[in-house]
Amino acid sequence: MSERERKNEINRRQFLGNMLKTACGVGLVGLGLGAYSKRASSLPASYIRPPGALPEEEFLGTCIRCGLCVRDCPYDILFLGELGDQVPTGTPYFVARSGPCEMCEDIPCVVACPTNALDHELKDIEASRMGLAVLVDQENCIAFHGLRCEVCFNVCPLRNRAISLDMQHNTRSGKHALFIPVVHSDACTGCGLCERACILEEAAIKVFPTHLAKGELGKHYRLGWEEKEKAGGALVTPDTKHHYNLPDGVRYELQGEGLIIEGEAEDSPFSSNPLDTLNSGFMDK
Amino acid sequence: MKLTRRAFIKSNAVAAAASVAGVTLPLSNAAAADGDDGIRWDKAACRYCGTGCSVLMGVKDGKVVASQGDPDAPVNKGLNCIKGYFLPKILYGEDRLTKPLLRKTNGKYDKNGKFEAVTWDEAFKTMAEKWIAARKAKGPKGVGMFGSGQWTVWEGYAAQKLLKAGFRSNSLEPNARHCMASAVGAFMRAFGIDEPMGCYDDLEHADVFVLWGANMAEMHPILWSRLTDTRLTKPGCEVHVLSTFEHRCYELADNGMIFEPQTDLAILNYIANYIIQNKAYNKAFIDKHVNFTKTPTDIGYGLRADDPREKAAKNRNKGKLTKISFEEYAKSVEPYTLEYTSKLSKVPKDKLEKLAKAYADPKKKVASFWTMGFNQHTRGVWVNGLCYNVHLLMGKIAEPGNSPFSLTGQPSACGTAREVGTFTHRLPADLVVKKDAHCRFAEKTWKLPAGTIPRANGKSDDADQSDISGKPMGPTLIHAVAMHRALNDGKMNTFWVMCNNNMQAAANMNDESYPGWRNPNNFITVSDPYPTVSAQAADLILPTAMWIEKEGAYGNAERRTQFWRQQVGAPGEAKSDVWQIMEFSKYVKVKDVWPQDLIAKMPEYADKSLYEVLYTNGQVDKFPVEQVTDSRGNKYANDESADFGFYVQKGLFEEYRLFNSAEGIPKKGHEMADFDAYHKVRGMRWPVIDGKETLWRFREGYDPHVAKGEGVKFYGKPDGKANIITAPYEAAAEPPDKEYDLWLCTGRVLEHWHSGSMTRRVPELYRAVPDAVVYMHPKDAKKRRLRNGALAKLTSRRGEIVCKVDTKGRNKCPEGLVFVPWFDAGRLVNKLTLDQTDPLSKETDYKKCGVKITRA
Repeated sequence: MSERERKNEINRRQFLGNMLKTACGVGLVGLGLGAYSKRASSLPASYIRPPGALPEEEFLGTCIRCGLCVRDCPYDILFLGELGDQVPTGTPYFVARSGPCEMCEDIPCVVACPTNALDHELKDIEASRMGLAVLVDQENCIAFHGLRCEVCFNVCPLRNRAISLDMQHNTRSGKHALFIPVVHSDACTGCGLCERACILEEAAIKVFPTHLAKGELGKHYRLGWEEKEKAGGALVTPDTKHHYNLPDGVRYELQGEGLIIEGEAEDSPFSSNPLDTLNSGFMDK
Repeated sequence: MKLTRRAFIKSNAVAAAASVAGVTLPLSNAAAADGDDGIRWDKAACRYCGTGCSVLMGVKDGKVVASQGDPDAPVNKGLNCIKGYFLPKILYGEDRLTKPLLRKTNGKYDKNGKFEAVTWDEAFKTMAEKWIAARKAKGPKGVGMFGSGQWTVWEGYAAQKLLKAGFRSNSLEPNARHCMASAVGAFMRAFGIDEPMGCYDDLEHADVFVLWGANMAEMHPILWSRLTDTRLTKPGCEVHVLSTFEHRCYELADNGMIFEPQTDLAILNYIANYIIQNKAYNKAFIDKHVNFTKTPTDIGYGLRADDPREKAAKNRNKGKLTKISFEEYAKSVEPYTLEYTSKLSKVPKDKLEKLAKAYADPKKKVASFWTMGFNQHTRGVWVNGLCYNVHLLMGKIAEPGNSPFSLTGQPSACGTAREVGTFTHRLPADLVVKKDAHCRFAEKTWKLPAGTIPRANGKSDDADQSDISGKPMGPTLIHAVAMHRALNDGKMNTFWVMCNNNMQAAANMNDESYPGWRNPNNFITVSDPYPTVSAQAADLILPTAMWIEKEGAYGNAERRTQFWRQQVGAPGEAKSDVWQIMEFSKYVKVKDVWPQDLIAKMPEYADKSLYEVLYTNGQVDKFPVEQVTDSRGNKYANDESADFGFYVQKGLFEEYRLFNSAEGIPKKGHEMADFDAYHKVRGMRWPVIDGKETLWRFREGYDPHVAKGEGVKFYGKPDGKANIITAPYEAAAEPPDKEYDLWLCTGRVLEHWHSGSMTRRVPELYRAVPDAVVYMHPKDAKKRRLRNGALAKLTSRRGEIVCKVDTKGRNKCPEGLVFVPWFDAGRLVNKLTLDQTDPLSKETDYKKCGVKITRA
């Protein structure tokens, strides 16, 4: 039996009812809850908030633990934290490996939220940022070894935007390519469909809360080529023309391939095959 | 896993937290203690596609516990696709069939009964009774067998002997009929010998790759990674991709083209026209090595004869070639101007021209690859041929990098279906039952009386062949699609389906396949490891030992023959296909199926069983049982040899070699090494002569059949010349109309093999791609008030299915066309498809019929 099915075994309605009662009770002892939620303000890495969730601190202050988002999730992926969980009691979360967000276009969980803890401004599910997928284990992801998997790429709902494939030469085999999945934070919603689909026994790609997943470039540093593209040209005046001492038949391209020996391109790499000579007679027109 | 939810979440959280922190958790004690100690590794060819990757399977205590890509295999160098990664799991699905199952009521066979376990003896007794009766009552077409391009070489060979020699019936077809028949037809017409002249090394040697109706990125994953690598690393390399919808190969395309279905015929003629108009053709090559011919046009669509489209066809099923001059050929392609072709195909002019230029540039080496887009085509033989035309015009053929390359779908469509010839019209090594001399050679080789094998027209020496039915033999050929029609019409009464899932795979399930199988007069046997859709529709199910549960051999798309040993035993009473074929033959006597006058030629056979005549003929049983041992001293079982008392696989293979490697054979060019040699290598590419493999055929220096000074010789043809065959664009059989307003194209996905009977039993693959969806353009969806993820009803003239809409996934269809994969037993897309075929190759066109789509 899958984890998902087992979870659904708990009578859902009953569970929710209990949770609502608990939530009200907890509300009365607000101080205690406050202390607890502060402790848990940094969510465990595998607990992902529903789409549109406000930043964690704000979310915890706004969410009234009503469970309506859980009730309205058509795929039953959302759960409420229970006492003793590492997630604040009564707050909604999902675990991507067993039940990722299916990215409903009408976002019923957000619509159901009575307090805007799930931000009603979120109208487009593709704009949500539940977390960020990270290819955490490059050692075991079989794509890095050149196997043709690409399941994460294929199940990603933002095809070729949130995950793209970077094709590289396989230096080990010498004649195959690697198809390396690369996650793009500007598009990834953190839905977790990739994590669920990962065919490894423990997923190599995982969704984490964004603050855990994302690095940050030094504030002082810019990527030169990107700045140039943004500006539509060089940021400082380009060089005056260069001249070189070169033998006949040799050119030098400053911005291109560098040294170019004329005639070399024509007979390589194809004439190394003796059959070309056989054929050259036929080609004579 | 009986973890509590809380424990599960916690352990997950720990693992996740650890991985965030960059800590590697130790493996659980159990897994670590197991280790790799005591694992015996041995090689095998991958079970799935025609690429022919080699894998190493790790066995411990009689079970496959580990696997790896074979690092020393030249095809894949240790790599696998995602299906290959999970190979061990296909053996261990929980619902493996382990006992023969027969439909029964009150202890007796009943067509409408429930499946009950029976002994092999009861299974074969019941079967033999039905087969003998059908053979007597209905003649050679009364019985039929439908095998596979996934059969091992000797399974196909044993089946061929059973049907063609034993039962004296040409009703033997492989599922390769649905897959490679058009390619074969074109090889025979153009070159007079089957299979590609090039090899996978073309992937490194070409400058330009052109994909014609082949989604290599998903269907030949490891070859695609080789092609991609060449594109990444070779300066000037370009990739052109043509299809009727955008698939994953377009991610690499320098020139991606979407064409209107069927107009590939026009595009290829445009390229030929471009080459001629620009005088780019290789005149010296054409003069020496090419004949120009034309083929009859308006040939129908392989539908039933009473279909109006068949009645309207002027030259139904005709394919006889007529010689023409170069000038006549040039004139025939003249109408295919850039303007006309672009308008017809909807491919922009600049893209077409870029493609034509690549072919026409004498400095560029071009490799063309195709698969089902070309083959599953009502003009499949034509369109294969049109591609050869272009290569032949330029002389870009049969040398490294210049290669028209028909890729194979199945692991042994080449090695078994084509080379052994398990088609209705074929015998081993390109021999055909149409030719009396070929049949006589086979009869002599098999030590059978002359006239045993049914000729195509039922006549030997101009006289009718006699038959057990008491009537003249009559015409004997019956192709796959016709078999289902014959079952439906009650003309064929027994049918044995082996190593494939034809109820799910064959087109027009509702009108032909299902009513044919369930026809009360018919007895259907299905041999399968799993309860497939076919098994569900059968009367008798035989549990099958699969893949490395038996000693086997496959032949891949580059003529590479690969062997493996039996590495584990099969579960329960499951038996290999070769065992089933041979054991069944014990239940049929010669006199049950041969007429008196034939027996009179060899009276000593009168009281013998087919088993004795076919398999203990002094040749097949020539090699005694031996302990199979590898060079490292590991020992392997061989269940068939143990049962029959001789080295079955070796005997069958060595007898088969009498057709392709002995002195005085009718057709040269398919030579193979001896049995033992193959167990010592990761395959060899035939022809293998004096231990030397052949990489490129028809080219002096590379091919031992081309003598010094000949340069190029297409020796499959008597004059050594290849045929350029002109053929026009002709419309498809069932284009969209007002009601059925969309083209339906079907195919595969990377994660699943064929009908999914193996891969859908791998939980990870099932989770990755659980169900078939209909890929469609967002605008087409919107017009029908559908959106991504919504349930849609697809209806054709023949049936309907319901599946989810996908407007965002891996395949991007143009407006007017939808694509549905066929792996899903829960969404049988072949209820919708039309049983149309190429009239020449008899191969089904699964790529083009009309459907409508509504909200479900």
